[in-house]
Amino acid sequence: MRRFSLIAVPYIWLLALFLIPFLIVLKISLSDAALAIPPYAPQLDFAGGWGAVKAFFADLDFENFEFLTTDDLYWKAYLSSLKIALISTGFTLLIGYPIAYSMARAAPEWRPTLLMLVILPFWTSFLIRVYAWMGILSNEGLLNQFLLWSGLISEPLTILNTNTAVYIGIVYTYLPFMILPIYSALEKMDDSLLEAAEDLGCSRTSAFWLVTVPLSKTGIIAGCLLVFIPTLGEFVIPSLLGGSQTLMIGKVLWEEFFNNRDWPVASAVAIILLLILIIPIILFQRNEQKQREAEGQ
Amino acid sequence: MAQETLFEPWNDPNESPLIQFKNVTKKFGDFTAIDDLTQDIYAKEFFALLGPSGCGKTTMMRMLGGFETPTSGTIQIAGQDMNNVPPNKRAVNMMFQSYALFPHLSIYENIAFGLRRTDMAKGAIDARVNEMLKLTRLEKFAQRKPHQISGGQRQRVALARSLAKAPKLLLLDEPLGALDKKLRQDTQFELMDIQEKTGTTFVIVTHDQEEAMTVASRVAVMDEGRIIQVATPDVIYEAPNTTYVADFIGDVNLIKGTVELRVSSAPVNDPEPGAVAENIVDETPSPQPNKLGEWIHDKLLSPIIGERIEPIKRLPPPSTAELAASQEKMQTAQDGGLLLNWSDKNPTIIVSNGDETKDGATLTFAIRPEKLNISKTKPDAPNALQGKVIDIAYLGNVSTYYVELIGGQMIKAQMANARRLARRDITWEDDVWVSFTDTAGVLLER
Repeated sequence: MRRFSLIAVPYIWLLALFLIPFLIVLKISLSDAALAIPPYAPQLDFAGGWGAVKAFFADLDFENFEFLTTDDLYWKAYLSSLKIALISTGFTLLIGYPIAYSMARAAPEWRPTLLMLVILPFWTSFLIRVYAWMGILSNEGLLNQFLLWSGLISEPLTILNTNTAVYIGIVYTYLPFMILPIYSALEKMDDSLLEAAEDLGCSRTSAFWLVTVPLSKTGIIAGCLLVFIPTLGEFVIPSLLGGSQTLMIGKVLWEEFFNNRDWPVASAVAIILLLILIIPIILFQRNEQKQREAEGQ
Repeated sequence: MAQETLFEPWNDPNESPLIQFKNVTKKFGDFTAIDDLTQDIYAKEFFALLGPSGCGKTTMMRMLGGFETPTSGTIQIAGQDMNNVPPNKRAVNMMFQSYALFPHLSIYENIAFGLRRTDMAKGAIDARVNEMLKLTRLEKFAQRKPHQISGGQRQRVALARSLAKAPKLLLLDEPLGALDKKLRQDTQFELMDIQEKTGTTFVIVTHDQEEAMTVASRVAVMDEGRIIQVATPDVIYEAPNTTYVADFIGDVNLIKGTVELRVSSAPVNDPEPGAVAENIVDETPSPQPNKLGEWIHDKLLSPIIGERIEPIKRLPPPSTAELAASQEKMQTAQDGGLLLNWSDKNPTIIVSNGDETKDGATLTFAIRPEKLNISKTKPDAPNALQGKVIDIAYLGNVSTYYVELIGGQMIKAQMANARRLARRDITWEDDVWVSFTDTAGVLLER
């Protein structure tokens, strides 16, 4: 009984905070929009007895999902989100890996400090940090002022409200999520492996590609998924830093909910987004499990 | 043993060494890890670097591997100066202490790793890897990952991987440190076997003296960045050149005293050398000097014939049974050598293998506990000291007796437990004789 209750806690947690909300969203996505509060129909009416429940289920349909296929806005938004998420994950990896690598190579007494510096941005609100980027990237912003002052450019660059600004914002925000798992994989690596590789005839560079990179693979996968998954549904960064042409599914979702007040379509968008994300989430879980197995040995 | 005595390139002036350390010094900041070291190592040797941690043995090996460069001096391998040659350009392979197997590669790929870095053909690589797998009896595990095999198997993979490229020189850094004792012993013999089969020069670093003695053709005992003694295991053990070496290799009793030339060739404690040779039958006490005789000797004769030797306390003549027991152990002292004066209350120790030019010096007498014999009756041995058993350490096969000699000097004697423990006749607080031959120990200067 004790054991059962122990196991039950996380499951109740998942049930209450994931499965039930998901079922509610799923139900809304199968409903029709209505000028009412809440703005969809039908409502489940237990007072009406069995007949009412039957009528309720009869009213549910996949209309909204069909609608998503008719308007190319949606699949364009999904594709564009995927593209932005993939590209920014790539950039985050390119920037994060060398940082994590040099952290892991740093003298042991420096590592806690470096680690803290990576985590430090979390001490400030995420929104404030994104707003700060608006201050930096705008036409009159710090970056343009600096470039104009140094004479590198004569006209201010338009960065804010473009996809470039979105990439900058995403890479900046999610960089720690890339650095930390890669760092933890690299830090565990035994230096003598590199010496062994050199001893067996590798140059430093080939030792890096043949030993370091494969051994930090789990860290790379974890970092990429930790960046990719939230980026795909990202809303704040594209809406604050992106322009009208920045199409991301998070923004579409928000607009359906709050501008159009079309909860059923918005729910359908969310369900599809979730289905898309399930694949990387499963991959992430597999990766974690593999890592645990490898360490368990 | 017979083979090892034949293999002595270090004594052959025509042999040129494979490895030459020439005045090599290595400093890490203020710390001197290797201090002006010069040493030759010959091809096909199994050379052991032995010492406590921090003595510089690992640094020496890492310099051979190319992971460290000397601060000054040169290291030559096969006549070529290696100071600026990176590890991947050396015909040297290393077996790491942690084995450093690549966890993401299978055993097969681990062994093939070094070969794939060369321009060897695929088929040749495969053949070589299989040969290595066979040599180390790992055929069955070829497709496993390193974490799926046992410690002993991992050790063999590490060995196979470092041998795969057929290096001129194989470095082994505490290769057996992670194995338990039984496995370690088996693996030591395997190592020697493989070394013989492949004809590779092995340099092994270890802090385990037993391991060094077992596998090596020569052992270098190191301390504080210097090599103290380089010799074959038996010489290191039987004839250490310093008390440090004597103390580091195995157990040793150290007795400090001044030496003098032995006056007569006759064994001092034995009354009649002739009789000894014929297995003394009657031991009638020889005439003892009276007070006057002693006075004359001490005051007048001692500068000429040396100090009077105190006859040690005489026991009643042995019974026939005792004689029969001691006949087997009957020993007689050789001529010459030195006498060690170390205590007023004890007889001098005869060291017939002592260097006679050292007359008058203060030296330390070193003797191994197992070279001491312990008995309740006075034995017939050139050296016999009286004492009392303070403690006994029972180790199963042997027992170590801690004997306090007259005057307080503690001495360890080790005896094989030929009898069962219950039948041991010597016990705590017993008055005993500790005896040893005149050549059992050595005199050391420092």
